[in-house]
Amino acid sequence: MLKVREIVKILDAEVLTGEDQMDMEIYSGCGADLMSDVMAFVKESVILCTGLVNPQVVRTAEMMDIKVLCFVRGKVPGEVILDLAREKGITILTTKHPLFITCGMLYSAGIQGRGVWN
Amino acid sequence: MELSEEIIRLHYDINDEDFSAAGEASSAVKKTLSRLGVSPETVKRVAIAMYEAEINAVIHADGGAADIEITPQQIKVVISDRGPGIPNMEAAMQPGFSTATESVRELGFGAGMGLPNMKRYTDEMYVDTKIGVGTTVTLIVKI
Ligand SMILES: Nc1ncnc2c1ncn2[C@@H]1O[C@H](COP(=O)(O)OP(=O)(O)OP(=O)(O)O)[C@@H](O)[C@H]1O
Ligand SMILES: [Mg+2]
Repeated sequence: MLKVREIVKILDAEVLTGEDQMDMEIYSGCGADLMSDVMAFVKESVILCTGLVNPQVVRTAEMMDIKVLCFVRGKVPGEVILDLAREKGITILTTKHPLFITCGMLYSAGIQGRGVWN
Repeated sequence: MELSEEIIRLHYDINDEDFSAAGEASSAVKKTLSRLGVSPETVKRVAIAMYEAEINAVIHADGGAADIEITPQQIKVVISDRGPGIPNMEAAMQPGFSTATESVRELGFGAGMGLPNMKRYTDEMYVDTKIGVGTTVTLIVKI
């Protein structure tokens, strides 16, 4: 388990929305650029790391009750995405690291990928 | 609003002009179900399955409609489009099968997991499809 504030530190990430959610606890993670791959496994207290930047990432998170998103490779989403995330109460981070490294850093720090329904 | 013996019916048009708006119908249904006090797990199953079907209607057809029926026993979601239809349903149900173009993959879809995911999260799923006429996907989740 990691708190969002620890994730921010580990990934040297910037917090774009949800600044007040830094104490939220994250237990599992998912890294993908195709949203149906994300939806194939339901997990709890998840961070979704992705290189895809469009509003459907936020929608996917909404459907799955994912509360934290991290965009990789220095991608910074536009206001449309950030507004949608604020509306849905989703925290958005951005890190300079690529997807594989991002997932590896979180895994090493104790975040697992285990699903709850499968 | 709460779950009663009365059937609650909802209707949404699924527009294909603005891809960023895709999923709004699923989002509205998710909110309604939560408000009705349906369990979070059931809400999530309906939301994911409906969202996959809604996205398919946008990327593989040119939009369509969503009709939802909520009773104390089950939630039924019917997504219909007037798109090209699915030539080989057995192939389409295979995880990983996709005819999505590169431009669709750039939008984050085309893993070939949508139909398998709909099957996974519902209790019953029916696909009625006809080449050149359209596709109707019925998703049922028991409460
Ligand atoms: N409403 C539809 N109209 C026409 N063809 C469809 C429709 N829904 C699905 N298909 C066909 O079935 C294939 C498999 O659909 P499925 O949802 O499983 O995967 P996908 O949409 O290609 O990718 P993903 O859902 O993983 O993003 C599609 O690639 C498409 O060829
Ligand atoms: Mg699909």
